[in-house]
Amino acid sequence: MNEHSQPAISATGATAPGRAGPKAERLVIEGLRLAFGANEVLKGVDLVIEPGEFFAFLGPSGSGKSTLLRAIAGFGPKPSGRILIGEEEITDEPPWKRNVGMVFQSYALWPHMTVWKNVAFGLEERGMRRSEIAPRVRRALELVGLAEFADRRPSQLSGGQQQRVALARTLVVEPRVLLLDEPLSNLDANLRVQVRRELKQLQRQLGITTIFVTHDQEEANTTSDRMAVLNDGLIQQVGAPVELYDRPANLFVATFLGSANLIEGEVLADGGRRLFSGRGGFRFPVAAAEPEGRAHALFRPQIVHLGGNPAGGDSNEFFTFSGRVVRAEFLGMLVRYGVEVAGIELLVDEPHEPDRPVLPEGAEVTGRILTRQIRILRG
Amino acid sequence: MIFAGRGQWGAFGTGGFVLLVLLVFLVIPVGKVIYVAFQQPDTGAFTLVNFLDFFNTSLFRESFYNSLYVAAMSVVVASLIAIPLAYFTTRFRFGAAALLQTLGVIPLIMPPFVGAVAMQMIFGANGSINLLLDEYFGFTIPFMEGLNGVILVQAIHYFPFILINLSASLANIDRSVEESAQNLGSYGFRLFRRIVFPLAMPGYVAGAALVFLKVFDDLGTPLLLNVNNMLAPQAYLRISSIGITDPMGYVISVILVAFSLFSLWLSYFVTRGRDYASLEKGGGGLGKRDLGTWGRLGAWLVILIILLIVLTPHIGLLLLSFGTIWSFSVLPDAYTLAHYREVFSTAMPYITNTLIYAGLAALFDVILATAIAYLVWRTGIPGRQILDYLGTAAVAVPGVVLGIGYLRVFHDFQVPFVDKPLASWWVIIVVALMIRRLPYALRACTAALQQVSIALEEAALNLGAGRFRTVHRIVVPLMAGGIMAGFVTSFATAAVELSATIMLVSAESDAPVAYGIYVYMQTAAGRGPGAALGVLAVLLVGIATYLSHRFVERSREVEEADRRLAVAQGA
Repeated sequence: MNEHSQPAISATGATAPGRAGPKAERLVIEGLRLAFGANEVLKGVDLVIEPGEFFAFLGPSGSGKSTLLRAIAGFGPKPSGRILIGEEEITDEPPWKRNVGMVFQSYALWPHMTVWKNVAFGLEERGMRRSEIAPRVRRALELVGLAEFADRRPSQLSGGQQQRVALARTLVVEPRVLLLDEPLSNLDANLRVQVRRELKQLQRQLGITTIFVTHDQEEANTTSDRMAVLNDGLIQQVGAPVELYDRPANLFVATFLGSANLIEGEVLADGGRRLFSGRGGFRFPVAAAEPEGRAHALFRPQIVHLGGNPAGGDSNEFFTFSGRVVRAEFLGMLVRYGVEVAGIELLVDEPHEPDRPVLPEGAEVTGRILTRQIRILRG
Repeated sequence: MIFAGRGQWGAFGTGGFVLLVLLVFLVIPVGKVIYVAFQQPDTGAFTLVNFLDFFNTSLFRESFYNSLYVAAMSVVVASLIAIPLAYFTTRFRFGAAALLQTLGVIPLIMPPFVGAVAMQMIFGANGSINLLLDEYFGFTIPFMEGLNGVILVQAIHYFPFILINLSASLANIDRSVEESAQNLGSYGFRLFRRIVFPLAMPGYVAGAALVFLKVFDDLGTPLLLNVNNMLAPQAYLRISSIGITDPMGYVISVILVAFSLFSLWLSYFVTRGRDYASLEKGGGGLGKRDLGTWGRLGAWLVILIILLIVLTPHIGLLLLSFGTIWSFSVLPDAYTLAHYREVFSTAMPYITNTLIYAGLAALFDVILATAIAYLVWRTGIPGRQILDYLGTAAVAVPGVVLGIGYLRVFHDFQVPFVDKPLASWWVIIVVALMIRRLPYALRACTAALQQVSIALEEAALNLGAGRFRTVHRIVVPLMAGGIMAGFVTSFATAAVELSATIMLVSAESDAPVAYGIYVYMQTAAGRGPGAALGVLAVLLVGIATYLSHRFVERSREVEEADRRLAVAQGA
């Protein structure tokens, strides 16, 4: 993790098992349940994380993502179900026998020890000889670019440097899996982008299976190969970031990952075809495989296009509408409009260019949506 | 009341008065003791010969080493008791943790010299434990033999200082700091030794320094156990048997003060810049660990043994106070109320005296402490910090030293109308208690004042109330809880003070409970009534301590309610 980080490698759609390091391990979680007293926090989690993957747990606070991470490290109440690293079951192992490296959100550096002592701690606990410890500690500190800070106390370091020490302290013991609990949340906003790139680059370099907990979808999207969206103690969906954004499995995932227009309605049979019919006159053909019944139509603000001839193009290919601008928010790279269509307010994102004026409130507009980009969701 | 005039004049007047009190009753007597220690007895010239004499006398050398040894060993034994209690109750989810913490503080409500005789009955050479050991196993353990007895009694009495300070430090360690060590392979005792204990070191050192200081200075316990070859008893015996002019008492006083200051300085030095309280954003918070089945059993076993030892003086004292004859037997022969009857019929003056002395001392303490706190934190008069330093410095002055100082300085001073020297008038006992307990009241009142927002005072000043009326109508009422707590703490600890009292009591009719117990305990026949008086003293202090907790809690609740109200009103 040096200061001159190279551009991050694009992770679009990659499950990337080929990037696995020599000792990368697969992590398997089966039917994991966990409760704090009467309060069930994990309600049956099944998950497979491939060797060498950079995997994110994404969810709102209280979703169980941190609890799941801590259960993998062996902290918190005893869960039921199974956790395996490779072939070995670790469910009942105490934390100190798991060799699962965890970097804490607060970094949890020991204030009474120097940076060097902090990093050497795990090796000393493993009973390694002094002569072997020194070169490893030096290498770990070099890896995170802090070799010259070895004699400092943690309190004499900046937040970003403290995090690197925490990372070096964990990596030096060569854990089988690396767990990062909200690693960017205690950093200044301007540092976060840099650090997340460095983290990703380091993970690629080491090839270690890594799990990363966050509530920030941008962090998850930009760093992870795949991610699991959690809510209410259950995994809602697992997949590559692009996949989850474009094809969310349910309403929660759809709305948690970015802004979305959601139209209530139902899927009807129309001869041999299927048709979505919703509030505000939203009526358009859908795939013949869609089952009939109540459903939501989902489309992102940026696939709605304003202007042009409402009658233009194949009416089966586009759904067209006319409405009135009720709100216009200039966000720099785009303008977010609220457009009222038959009593429903749609979000519409239009890219901003210098010679394109922002439409005033009250302006009458027409618009169209490519119907095959609309997603039908149940529930 | 506190501010007689307007503006700064009232502050100067009050400050001047407080300074005068502290100079006359603290600085001058202690200064005199130190001065005399360096004076040629006959000529009054400066000399070190007294110190040479001291170290050339084998009894004094022995006393010096004994005092050091007893203080150090007391810290060790107190640590053995306090560390497991503190660790298990703060870092683990542990049934009855609150109860254990409360039980752990109980020894403080019993003056150590009161427990000493009870401990003799149970741990002594012919005490219950050794009788049982001898009968069943054929050997005995010299728990109470000489210095061992002092160490055991002092450790059992003073370990709560370590418990309280260490617990506070331990409770402030973020859970994630422990978890990260577990994550890297550390557990059990190694985890405690390498991570948890070093982080709690500031609290431990603060508590241990206090124990060292208290034990090193204590007079009552060694006297009652008849261990005279220690520093404080030697000082007392020299002054009371040879007289006020014997230089050895002064030399010993200087050594006592020097070591008190040294241990306070050491504790400050070690803890400085090491406030590791680490509740961090996104940390694990104060969540506690779970213990396994075996861990739980082991922890309970250790804790029960400790509690049994800790409660021994109380059990012994109760048995002694109700027992008829208790000699060479495991338990008393029979039980009676006669001792209590005797105490109520003949020893009531002791209790009345105690209530008057401790009550007056505590009242003056909170008045002085409120004045000092206000002057230091709310006014800009120059030199105000000196008042705070002096008021706190009394902690480092052993009772023996203050007693010797008063005898020396005030025995020539005839009180008008009473026609007695001030040094043998009962009021001097009140003054000694007041000075010795001022630090407690000062701490409570300062904390209370710091919780009163300056804006509340400024609002009153803005509405036209003068300084005096603002203090009277706004500040003091808001500080009431803290002032009350300071009063009760000063009262409770003054009620059982012995070190200074024993030197200043000039007539038995003027003596307080602590002195009465001491006198009773001198004879075998007096032990029963002495113990009954001791039980009364413990009850007195216990009730006062409980009340003090209630006052602190109540004021905290009121404050909490106020805050909620303010939030609800959007203030």
